[in-house]
Amino acid sequence: MPKIVFTEPGGARREIAAPLGITLMEVARQHGVQGVVAQCGGACACATCHVYIDPAWAARLPPREEMEEAMLETAWEPRDNSRLSCQIHITADLDGLEVAVPQKQGS
Amino acid sequence: MISTILIVGGGQAGAQAIDTLRREGFGGRLVLIGDEPELPYQRPPLSKKYLSGEMAADRLPFRHRSFYEDHRVELKLGRRAARLDAAARQLELEDGETLSYDRLLLCLGAASRRLTCPGAALPGVRYLRALEDVPPIQSACKPGARVVVIGGGYIGLETAATCLKMGCAVTVLEMADRVMNRVVAPCVSEYFALEHRTHGVNVICDMRVTRLDGGDRVEWVTCADGSRHPADLVIVGVGAVATTELARAAGLDCDDGIVVDEYCRTSDAAIYAAGDCTNHPSPRFGRRVRLESVDNAFEQAKSAALNLLGRRMAHDRVPWFWSDQFDNKLLIVGLSQGYDRQVLRGDPAARIFSVCYLKGRELLAVEAVNHSKDYMAARKLIAERAMLDPDKLGHSDLALKEAV
Repeated sequence: MPKIVFTEPGGARREIAAPLGITLMEVARQHGVQGVVAQCGGACACATCHVYIDPAWAARLPPREEMEEAMLETAWEPRDNSRLSCQIHITADLDGLEVAVPQKQGS
Repeated sequence: MISTILIVGGGQAGAQAIDTLRREGFGGRLVLIGDEPELPYQRPPLSKKYLSGEMAADRLPFRHRSFYEDHRVELKLGRRAARLDAAARQLELEDGETLSYDRLLLCLGAASRRLTCPGAALPGVRYLRALEDVPPIQSACKPGARVVVIGGGYIGLETAATCLKMGCAVTVLEMADRVMNRVVAPCVSEYFALEHRTHGVNVICDMRVTRLDGGDRVEWVTCADGSRHPADLVIVGVGAVATTELARAAGLDCDDGIVVDEYCRTSDAAIYAAGDCTNHPSPRFGRRVRLESVDNAFEQAKSAALNLLGRRMAHDRVPWFWSDQFDNKLLIVGLSQGYDRQVLRGDPAARIFSVCYLKGRELLAVEAVNHSKDYMAARKLIAERAMLDPDKLGHSDLALKEAV
């Protein structure tokens, strides 16, 4: 299973083995990664699973779709490497992915 | 000193309360009692991707079991709370175990409203609310099976769309003159009815079911106009009622839900409540509400957890809701009651539009169809009690936040 490294808002690093086929948000939530709220459970309806993808990785992910783009616009401190973690599916080539969780979720 | 907190109800609210209590430093005994045997899980997929088989069961729980172990939560799942003695601060489970508490949090949820017409108890008449409701529906949803859905609300329509995808012939019978009539504007109802019909769902409004008939299982649904609809499976989605029996029997104030104040306190100082089961004040909208939503369960549980630890934090949020039907996303934010003007933004024919509800110039609510931008902007504007210009609002090429 690919390993994903989350950096929580407090600075703690969590390395988690992620099963294939689920989303980055689900990995974070199942393991209680702090700051990934994910209220809607992946319906792209709440923008509370916002994360920053390590810039070295950002370009290697499938690009944001229109809906995700619109949701991120009003997220707390969006950046170029912002993503909704519910829209990223775990694949084998994400082994080693580094993800930082913002200090806040919501607008 | 609070050394023991009991949470009754393992849904969205109960799961969230655990999270907040531990995160906020509660180090005492924390017990979760739930009558369902599963770890707390998400309900929204039950009518959608879980029903269709696209989503595996292991993706439903919010957290892995290890999360509860790591956070020292005693799970008493598959155990029903039978009796509450508020004066003695004791909760008795159905199996006889008695638990004492310093604070109790009731997250009892809501239950499907039952059909009461003749034949309602026939086998093959199903409700969709819990994980255990899904397998019998799945096994009946064979390609070609005739499914009659009673009720054209969120659950009814989502389930209809899913059953159709599974190859069933689906009829929706709605008593009102349009689908989702309690929650959306007429043009949104029309849009969704058309979407369903285009995909092949037989949506019939103004249709009151009077009886169900069959031999050893349901075979026919009969309506007030005399029409009869053949059915291999009937799915009933006619709303939900707050689960209050435990609270009521213990003498807590209940009135369409367990009555709580803005700090999520019930009429007993040691007992709090959160989620679908509560009737609570909404300071933002100036009245009491009972909301059935993931958002409210989540946010109110968070507030309740903070308040039962002694932090005073009023629960005052702008509620939001969503529904997925076919490839459409309906996003609703705010409460539209009391509006004096509706403004349509965009064109339903373009499959992306929204309806704004204003009281004077104040934005109360927005229903957005495939329009995440308007929805997200509205969440902010409604919370800020923003005043908008209704004329500018009608120009859909102008961003919602610019319509001030």
